[in-house]
Amino acid sequence: MAEKTTIIVHSGDLDKMYSALIVANGSLAMGMEVSLYFTFWGLLRLKKGGLEKGPLSKMNFLGLGRMMIKSRMKKNNVASLERLMSDFKELGGKIIACEMTMEIMGVKKSDLMEELIDEYGAVGTYIQEARESTITLLI
Amino acid sequence: MAEIHVDVRGETCPVPLVEMRKAVKKAAPGDVIEIVGTNAASKKEIPMAAEALELKVLSIDENAEFWTIKILR
Repeated sequence: MAEKTTIIVHSGDLDKMYSALIVANGSLAMGMEVSLYFTFWGLLRLKKGGLEKGPLSKMNFLGLGRMMIKSRMKKNNVASLERLMSDFKELGGKIIACEMTMEIMGVKKSDLMEELIDEYGAVGTYIQEARESTITLLI
Repeated sequence: MAEIHVDVRGETCPVPLVEMRKAVKKAAPGDVIEIVGTNAASKKEIPMAAEALELKVLSIDENAEFWTIKILR
């Protein structure tokens, strides 16, 4: 069986979504399996149209810093989160949505991009993924 | 035995690696995948990924404008 990377995507911040998806896609590209466990603010990014909506984790300045980073990313030809997500799925990456977060935040399955989600689960699901992973991260 | 071309000139991390992986997935054993790019880190990392995927790197060339890596599927 291939080695595996499991990442808890806890933050919904734009820059941290990039970190999570870049590490995830890098792992897939280098022959590993990947599971992303979306919880708390990260889960909100799986809402329809929510992927690119996060603020910056630092120097957001009411969205001004975010705009600046976005324009610099565009200039440097950095891929969009939409594209990274579509590559992630194409290369066989797995997405797990946290059911507890859905309950607390009142998020229904129909609010989410269900076509991206492979499984709905809780901590036990994460542990089963993580215990067989060589790389585990909380982002 | 086909030769597959992947042009990632101007693309930055992680796109060159990802596009290489997508091409490898689609290729048949014996196909040659030629990747052309400009990202400096990817020139080092595509051979690393090829090794991790247990694929043979046939050649790594570079001119003033871009690098070319050939991998055997």
